[in-house]
Amino acid sequence: MALYDKRRRANAMYLGLCYASTLFGLSWLVIILLELLMQGFGALSLSIFTQTTPPPGSTGGLLNAIVGSLIITALGVAVGAPLGLLAGTYMAEYGRFTKLTFVVRFINDILLSAPSIIVGLFIYEVMVARVGHFSGYAGTFALAVIVVPVVVRTTEDMLRLVPDPLREAASALGLPRSHVIGKVAYRAARTGLITGVLLAIARVSGETAPLLFTALNNQFFSTDLNAPMASLPAIIFQFALSPYKDWQRLAWAGALIITLAVLALSVMARALGAQRTPK
Amino acid sequence: MTAIDTNLPQKVSVRGLNFFYGEVQALKNVSLPLFAKRVTSFIGPSGCGKSTLLRVLNRMYDLYPNQRAEGEVMLDGENILRPGQDLNLLRARVGMVFQRPTPFPMSIYDNIAFGVRLYERIGKSELDDRVEAALESAALWPEVKDNLKASGLSLSGGQQQRLCIARTVAIQPEIILLDEPCSALDPISTAKIEELIDELKENYTIAIVTHNMQQAARVSDYTAFMYIGELVEFGVTAQMFTSPTNKQTQNYITGRFG
Repeated sequence: MALYDKRRRANAMYLGLCYASTLFGLSWLVIILLELLMQGFGALSLSIFTQTTPPPGSTGGLLNAIVGSLIITALGVAVGAPLGLLAGTYMAEYGRFTKLTFVVRFINDILLSAPSIIVGLFIYEVMVARVGHFSGYAGTFALAVIVVPVVVRTTEDMLRLVPDPLREAASALGLPRSHVIGKVAYRAARTGLITGVLLAIARVSGETAPLLFTALNNQFFSTDLNAPMASLPAIIFQFALSPYKDWQRLAWAGALIITLAVLALSVMARALGAQRTPK
Repeated sequence: MTAIDTNLPQKVSVRGLNFFYGEVQALKNVSLPLFAKRVTSFIGPSGCGKSTLLRVLNRMYDLYPNQRAEGEVMLDGENILRPGQDLNLLRARVGMVFQRPTPFPMSIYDNIAFGVRLYERIGKSELDDRVEAALESAALWPEVKDNLKASGLSLSGGQQQRLCIARTVAIQPEIILLDEPCSALDPISTAKIEELIDELKENYTIAIVTHNMQQAARVSDYTAFMYIGELVEFGVTAQMFTSPTNKQTQNYITGRFG
């Protein structure tokens, strides 16, 4: 009985420690979010969405930054996601047993955890420095480079979750491999694949470092991809560091917008994942 | 004493088949016929190679590296193990139903129409007929006819397995391989599938792997008993189960080992 009591005490202690550390971690998150919500909602107004970034001292909004972010993110994902899907498909299907897949997976994992500023520097080196100026294109490619490893990883993982008997059953009907993958495996993994892309969008929509070296920033409304382009993260970075109160307020508003957008994407991804049919 | 009728046409004849998973030999010099429009059952303890043999007949093993077969498997006089064999065409001729039901994640209708559309350009109404005929032949039509748009995954296990059989029948193969098709099913579904096998053999050559001795006795015309990669005995089912010539076969059938 003494032994049992001892175990019970140990259990209570470890459980207490688990709760405490969870509480400790979560409380910081809550503090950050509360601060963001209070400051952000205080700064939010209709003009945020209708006016462009102002010079210090006058009123304005974040229209150019929001549009810029949407364009760069959308194009970045449009370039990166198909590449990632195809590479992930190769790794999970055609090349499942090959050395190449092993090597690609290893490198992809490194890329996945590489600091994004390195991606920014890389694109700066190969695009911005060659062309001679910052541009929306460069920002797009920087984000695409970040999207690829995320989508490769989720695509491979999700396709591997598709049970082999399903592939065998499709093959047993005489379906060519491309049909087995496109019509059966993709269908079975569909929500997972979409979730992967959504998570990739969430990941890049808050990226700042790679954009500073590539798309730079723009105080004016511009949809010219060949010129510097504004984006929410870059504007937040610039405005938050400025000494001007109204710029700081805009930075808070921008931060709130990004956070809510990412939250919405994550919720969507979760909801899609949850409704996946069991087995 | 029932002897094998040697005049029966052989749909498939396996000759000197060896099979390897990497270095491990799973089939050793197996030779046997599959008679046309007859049911042949494969029995034997787990790991004896009966499923492996089935997976050679439609070259399913080709999906995986390090698996290879040696010898000859003649289908209508042509060796399907030859390097140039078109695997997709082969598998359209040699259908397979698996141990666990594997409906595709699509509607009941599409589960069946899917394979048909791949090989034939046919109109909507003709396709409808084909789907109905396939579901009829799998004894599933009455249960699903008002619900063809429902997901194949929404069916019960027994219905799913019959859907898989319907799907296989729909593309009009010549041979149907059944790999323990009832092992995940309840007795009522099992009985339905056994009845089905009886009807299907009018048109198809059937090979079935089963762990259920009574099932082998009920559904098959010929039985092959395998043990550790070797074919121990092949014969007319009625005779195998009443007076097997081999001691091992007798022990297995009477439940003394395996």
